[in-house]
Amino acid sequence: MPKSSDRPTRTLNDIRPGHRARIRRHLGRGAVRQRLMDLGLMPDVEIVLVRSAPLGDPIEIKLEAANVTLRRREAATIEICDDE
Amino acid sequence: MNDRNDILVALAGQQNAGKSTLFNVLTGARQHVANYPGVTVDKKYGQYSDAEGMVRTVDLPGTYSLTSFSLEERVAREFLLQERPDVTVNVVDASNLRRSLHLTLQILEMELPVVLALNMMDVAEGRGLRIDQEALAERLGLPVVRTVGRKGEGREPLRAAIRALDRSGSGRPARLPVDYGPLEPDLQALTGAITAVPELAGLPSRWLALKLLDDDGQAARLVAERLDAAHTELLLQEAAQRRATFEREHGLDVGDHLVRCRERAVGRLLDGVLVGREGNRPTLTERIDRVILNRAAAPVFLVLTVFLIYQIAIVWGYELTTYTWPFLAKARELIAGVLPAAGFLVDPYTRDIGLWLVDSANTLLNYVPIFLILFALIAMLEDSGYMARIAFILDKVLHRFGLHGQSTLPLILGGVFAGGCAVPGVMATKGIPDHRARMATILTVPFMNCLAKVPLYTLLLGIFFVEDKSLMMFYISTMTIIFALLVSKLLTKTVLRGHETSPFVMELPTYHLPTVSGVLRRAFERTWVYIKKVGTIVIAVAVVVFTLLQFPGIPQERMADFERRGAEAVVAFEQAMAGNAYARIATPANITPLINYFNDYKRAKLNAAGASGSQAVDAHFEQRHPEFFPLVSPPKGDKDARQASRALRHLDSARKTLRREMKEERITNSLLGMIGRGLEPVTQFAGFDWKINVALLSSFAARESSVATLGVLFQQDEDQNASLEARMGAETKAAGATSLLGTAIILFFALYPPCLATTVMVKVQTDSYKWMAFSIVFPTLLGLGVASAVYSIGLATGTSGIEMMTWTYFSALTLLLILGLFGGRDRRARQPVFEVPTAGGLRA
Repeated sequence: MPKSSDRPTRTLNDIRPGHRARIRRHLGRGAVRQRLMDLGLMPDVEIVLVRSAPLGDPIEIKLEAANVTLRRREAATIEICDDE
Repeated sequence: MNDRNDILVALAGQQNAGKSTLFNVLTGARQHVANYPGVTVDKKYGQYSDAEGMVRTVDLPGTYSLTSFSLEERVAREFLLQERPDVTVNVVDASNLRRSLHLTLQILEMELPVVLALNMMDVAEGRGLRIDQEALAERLGLPVVRTVGRKGEGREPLRAAIRALDRSGSGRPARLPVDYGPLEPDLQALTGAITAVPELAGLPSRWLALKLLDDDGQAARLVAERLDAAHTELLLQEAAQRRATFEREHGLDVGDHLVRCRERAVGRLLDGVLVGREGNRPTLTERIDRVILNRAAAPVFLVLTVFLIYQIAIVWGYELTTYTWPFLAKARELIAGVLPAAGFLVDPYTRDIGLWLVDSANTLLNYVPIFLILFALIAMLEDSGYMARIAFILDKVLHRFGLHGQSTLPLILGGVFAGGCAVPGVMATKGIPDHRARMATILTVPFMNCLAKVPLYTLLLGIFFVEDKSLMMFYISTMTIIFALLVSKLLTKTVLRGHETSPFVMELPTYHLPTVSGVLRRAFERTWVYIKKVGTIVIAVAVVVFTLLQFPGIPQERMADFERRGAEAVVAFEQAMAGNAYARIATPANITPLINYFNDYKRAKLNAAGASGSQAVDAHFEQRHPEFFPLVSPPKGDKDARQASRALRHLDSARKTLRREMKEERITNSLLGMIGRGLEPVTQFAGFDWKINVALLSSFAARESSVATLGVLFQQDEDQNASLEARMGAETKAAGATSLLGTAIILFFALYPPCLATTVMVKVQTDSYKWMAFSIVFPTLLGLGVASAVYSIGLATGTSGIEMMTWTYFSALTLLLILGLFGGRDRRARQPVFEVPTAGGLRA
């Protein structure tokens, strides 16, 4: 799989609990992408990583009005940028 | 009145918006659940009537959106499109308005008259949110009603709004607030093309154009259904061309563009309407989760919860059945009284089969208290929001073995440790969104310890493992989950390999206090489904097993022999009665009624509660037949009566022995007996003889019958009065059976195929006879394989049953740990393809 190479990309999988970030874009396609967007994980939305499950996976993130849980595998398909 | 106006109303909304609660508020108690044609999605409908007529109401499945990606969304969309409800009530979570309105806009695009129900207003206000209801109604061009479903608030305004909207002219397209910007020219052109085709007249044209531009497969099929191939092709091609051009020119996926435009539209709608963001103050839910989902505390709370469910539903529920059982026993007595009376040796068939059916139904109904409690507790877990957290905590472990976080509930219902039922377990798999994990769950839930397996375990432990009882019980109760995980992994890697999987993306809902009515309603609803679905099957199967056990029956010359011995017993009785003061009662015509009277009396005395109850029984029987009474309860000092009573007891005992021998002979000769013997060549490797085969076969109908059948096969004489444990123990041990056989049977039973009711549920949930057959054949082979291996190895090495059990247990555990720790993730799972776009985020 080709890597996009303009700059080192970070995904939702790379941040630690308590960290705040902004969603840049989705790399996943089809049903996953749709599901994530439906749950409010749209580009430019600000999220906070709340915690990971006791065994490290899945993770829980906080959106404006809801908390969503997803596996690290899917989190790795969501590119983020730091929120300043 | 002939100006009644009956209408159809659909409730649509996102998950966790309180849609079902509001549905209950709206319709009250009159509801039904059915399936949508061809799929396993529940269709809930109910009705109420107002001043103007009947309002039929359908609760659509909860969906975040109306695409064709998930089954629920397809079902909901299909309904809205085909049935064109007069009014659609869109239930939205007021505390999450921004996200909820995405669905609202999609429903509006389908050109349906919509009432917006702003639900959970209390939660929203609790978070300091203020919603300008009138401005929202004005901007959307919709009636907006404020509701709090959990408190039953807003029912009348909602009903009034539904009527008012219907009256003001159904089908009036609401204002369409979404502007799709650069896509608008394409959208309008395609809408025009669609409007020009008369065959597509019934469909919302702009919606259809949008969907075609979005490359929605279902929408394409919708067109294909109405148009001939050439025209369909033409239209689809135009859409494809426009899509390609747009994506090339704007560097944007159409789907993403639509979501973005909707998001902008929602933003504009809410600007000034929604005031006060929920502040930085952590909500109650967040504070609870900090404790409940804490890395160290989470497992403790989880174990505690499962233990509580087990303790309350299974242990206390079981105790409760000792209070409810007498009612069932009483019902049996009543029915027995109505059926034709028993004969001396052979009973009328109607009586035989009638009692057989009552017994089968009673074993099932006996579990009803347990299920009521179990279902109520589960409903509380679901409504409170903790169930979703359980999935969150356990997903990693379960996922590694091919299951899903949401497999937890089915496994708990199936009886993870001891006591559950696979039927509701398989039923509960409905909620698992990942198809492959759902299939794996359906096929492994039956390995759990269902309540009905427990009596056989108890029996076998009592015979073979008196000293190691607690160790064996520990093995049995924890072994099931080990086996289930291993089997799930195996199936996921083999037969389920090609099945569709989907990601674990789920909302963690806000905690709510469950409402009493909501919990009770669900508990009764599910218990009723259990009784209805399982009840009918169990009764049908009971008839089949009855037949298999009765026919072809006792050979004629054997029957003649029994009759001769019966006649001898009667003669002996008559001789004993000769010269007795009561001799005149012992006429040939009286013998059978007298014997039945005697047995009824004995049973009634046994069931009577306390001294007063016992006296009441006496009074009742004396009144029923004053002439017979002295023979069953001889008055003090009446020597003749005592003698006659003794003679009667002898006769009864002789009759019982004969009947028992006949029953054994009937089963031995029966079709089931033949099958059992026919299987001996295969089952001998596991050490099973034909009697055990018959018991295991009959337990396929319903687990409970295994012990009952063994009870018949290992019979005793009346005066022996030993327990089934002792009898079976003595007989099998005399035949050379050891604890090794016990281990083999236990292992086989643990892996044994689900009972018939469960396999029927497997059919319902998978919608396939193939999987139903698989759910029977696979565990049989697996169980027989494991039992044979353990028995043969144990026999060859001279290892005892408990040692073999320990070996098996730890081998399975080791395998589980190896797979769990080093098996790694299933890299080849069917994942949505990642197409990493080149810079600019453009899909070619």
